[in-house]
Amino acid sequence: MTYLAKPKLHHPELPVNALGFTRRDYEGTISTLCAGCGHDSISAAIIQACWELAIQPHRVAKLSGIGCSSKTPTYFLDKSHGFNSVHGRMPSVLTGANLANRDLIYLGVSGDGDSASIGLGQFAHSMRRGVNMTYIVENNGVYGLTKGQFSATADRGSKSKRGALNTDEGIDLAILALQLGASFVARSFSGDKAQLVPLIKGALNHPGAAFLDVISPCVAFNNHEGSTRSYDYVRHHNEAVNFLDVITGKEELTAQYGPGSVQEVRSHDGSLLRLRKISEDYDSSSRIAAMSYVQSRYAHGEIVTGLLYVEPEAGDLHESLGTTARPLNELGEKELCPGQAALEKFNAGLR
Amino acid sequence: MKRIEAVNDFVVKFANVNGSGSASANTLFAKAIMRMGVPVSPRNIFPSNIQGLPTWYEVRVSEAGWLGRRGGADLMVAMNPQTWEKDVVEIEPGGYLFYDSTKPLPADKFRDDVLVLGMPLTEICNATYTDARQRQLFKNIIYVGALAALLGIDVAEVEKLIGEQYKGKEKLLEPNLKALHLGRDYALAHLPCPLGITVKRTDRVGERIFIEGNSATALGAVYGGATVCAWYPITPSSSVAEAFAKHCRKYRVDAQAGKNNFAIVQAEDELASIGMVIGAAWNGARAFTCTSGPGVSLMTEFIGLAYFAEIPAVIVNVQRAGPSTGMPTRTQQADILACAWASHGDTRHVLLLPEDAAEAFDFTADALDLADRLQTPVFVMTDLDIGMNERLCRPLAWDDARTYDRGKVLTHDDLEAGKRFGRYLDVDDDGITYRTYPGVHPRRGSFFTRGTSRDRYARYTEEGSAYVDNMQRLLRKFETAKQYVPEPVLRQGARPSRHGVIYYGSTACAMDEALSELEAEGIALDALRVRAYPFQDSVIDFVAAREHVFVVEQNRDGQLRTLLLAEGELDPARLSSIVHYDGTPITARFIRREIEERLSAFNVRPLRRTAAAGE
Repeated sequence: MTYLAKPKLHHPELPVNALGFTRRDYEGTISTLCAGCGHDSISAAIIQACWELAIQPHRVAKLSGIGCSSKTPTYFLDKSHGFNSVHGRMPSVLTGANLANRDLIYLGVSGDGDSASIGLGQFAHSMRRGVNMTYIVENNGVYGLTKGQFSATADRGSKSKRGALNTDEGIDLAILALQLGASFVARSFSGDKAQLVPLIKGALNHPGAAFLDVISPCVAFNNHEGSTRSYDYVRHHNEAVNFLDVITGKEELTAQYGPGSVQEVRSHDGSLLRLRKISEDYDSSSRIAAMSYVQSRYAHGEIVTGLLYVEPEAGDLHESLGTTARPLNELGEKELCPGQAALEKFNAGLR
Repeated sequence: MKRIEAVNDFVVKFANVNGSGSASANTLFAKAIMRMGVPVSPRNIFPSNIQGLPTWYEVRVSEAGWLGRRGGADLMVAMNPQTWEKDVVEIEPGGYLFYDSTKPLPADKFRDDVLVLGMPLTEICNATYTDARQRQLFKNIIYVGALAALLGIDVAEVEKLIGEQYKGKEKLLEPNLKALHLGRDYALAHLPCPLGITVKRTDRVGERIFIEGNSATALGAVYGGATVCAWYPITPSSSVAEAFAKHCRKYRVDAQAGKNNFAIVQAEDELASIGMVIGAAWNGARAFTCTSGPGVSLMTEFIGLAYFAEIPAVIVNVQRAGPSTGMPTRTQQADILACAWASHGDTRHVLLLPEDAAEAFDFTADALDLADRLQTPVFVMTDLDIGMNERLCRPLAWDDARTYDRGKVLTHDDLEAGKRFGRYLDVDDDGITYRTYPGVHPRRGSFFTRGTSRDRYARYTEEGSAYVDNMQRLLRKFETAKQYVPEPVLRQGARPSRHGVIYYGSTACAMDEALSELEAEGIALDALRVRAYPFQDSVIDFVAAREHVFVVEQNRDGQLRTLLLAEGELDPARLSSIVHYDGTPITARFIRREIEERLSAFNVRPLRRTAAAGE
């Protein structure tokens, strides 16, 4: 029911940002996702981040592929142009849009099926080109809209809702993004708004390719014993079984913790996420150290979240291409058409 | 044996080894003849290979100006031992064979009915040069010198061309000139110069230019205002993107800032190429991609999106022989249906069908206007024959008063003034709706673009009536497209005829010649060159007004015929296919023979019926 707009009435004392906008001004239509879906928390975090940054909503272009996550751009920033493209191909559409007008803010929203399966190639190449964008993957390890098939980020050995064992290795998109040259790489959890909002803000402000892998539990299809990442952990620790209540769509889980600590957060699907807040001495300026750290913790069953890597002075695709400072979509005949005199010279050289 | 004798009307075929440096020497040969005012049409016949495999360069010399492939060879320059047998067979009876006689060949390797012209090229090179590469490269120039003497080509024209080629590279100029004369002097001294086939100076080239279709296409994109090009390398279209880059470096760099008024991305595949084009066009830039059949197959999902979500996109398809990888370096017109109806669901796409480089320039620029006007994908359908060969065509021309047609776009001021905006609201009743560029206005004009069904205000819906309403409007829009796409070109026969012929694209040059020959034989035929899909009524009327119409095309299944039948709801019996699809360009000989045979069959039938009735 994406055509149902939210009522715009709000409390007169709702705080406003530097532009005089309330958070409501950054909202979209009512979400049609399942109650309790992690994706809705991410939408809320995007709204919060844009509001806090006082971004002009219409200066954002929001693009997505296909899937539950890719539906979400309708649920935030309804003053922005949105583009729900084809499955796995948001990165190329975003790249083209960015080439056309370098002055807008590009927000790409994708899922683990969209980016790690069908769209892995486009994900990879948009990272290596350094497209100036914020690329968020709402990662639940499962295909929601088609009812529960494994996605490529599901860990080997995890079980589907129907009991099938995932025999394929899971893809860590954050590691890939690091390897492929993304200049801002973060991982977060949809239940941790305190961590997520600042990361989105950082990504939106970043002048190059910013990638955010956000673990975002699926309440409908990945909410069972033995599911994805926590399969092994849950079996060993046996602490997730009581979490079935959430299936009915209760309020979302949140986690709050201090720097340097390791905290276990039960996700909706009952698996156990171990979120490691980056410690004070974590070196987020070293791509190689980041990859090594994340992977070594993964070997211990832990998922590292936070800002993994940042290259604050990163360049972007326009810099590589030497594009003019003016948006290409503003150029007209004067700048673009060499005219008849030049053509006559051209002809003369071909006789 | 009577030798072939002809002035300004013959075919020379060079049989070379790929990567041996023959290409520039062969072009030099063709251009020298052109500079003497004699029309030439060279064709590269090359393998999907970089080095070692056979390659041919076929130069048709035709004072009459016929630019199609003739077939056969009057003089074979046989420089490739691998293909010797086949090459020797291809020479017309009474023709000529030029070869490197350094190594003696047994008599049974030759033909009695061909004049053999041996020249010890390797021996001469080895005696003159020490460097192995030089020996190879100058061998090519030496044979050009020899051919100049044999065919009566003005050596001053060849010298001038070499001078232009090596302008500023004097170090290379002298040895090239020396090699040229080495060859010429040897031929004058040892070979029967001139041969029965000769070049005589005339003035039949005129103002025409000599250009590869792909370069002209790319320049059309520059003039048409394309700022974004996303592409993936594929023969025979890669040189469109490469030429676009070259032209942009020349014409599109901001002189003051030194910055580029263009962006070119070599994408990871064709899916990404078309995705970038769609993203850029959605965001208000003019964008295009260039590809060939396999690329179109990959782009098909995105093409459906652009059709349904109504986003401009220009796709240059330099067609090659399919299906699948097919014959990557051979020409065909076999993507007509794949492009016209690309993608799942009910879709129709605009096709432009240029006949040569000049029209490819025009149509590519036009396609950028059309895509914006119609908010839909537009295909520019060239092929390898047009794209990768230098061909004579009218000079490229641009009207400086022309402005870009950006179509129906609401600006900030329109929105501010309160102009009504429904992204899919057909206010003008032509099926084309207004759009807005992202970021245009703080409060108005935003909408959600999607490949899912939506209502007139771009709101998602699966309501059947809203879906049908939208699909019907898309049909209206396609109807509107007819008034914008290039009109067909009618060529009335010398006398009224009940028969007609329809053709398009690169078939035109062979068809012009065939029609002229048929006319000389007393066969009158009306001809219509279709230049676009959707077909205007005049195309369908052309068929309706005639008893029988042949559709000449370069694919197996008669794809344009199928499209005509479907669109015009025509009686299949009234349209028959004449198809040529072996990967070589269609010839006038082939077309003439086919039409003659079929027309005679038509004429015979009534006689038989009369006989039967009399029994």
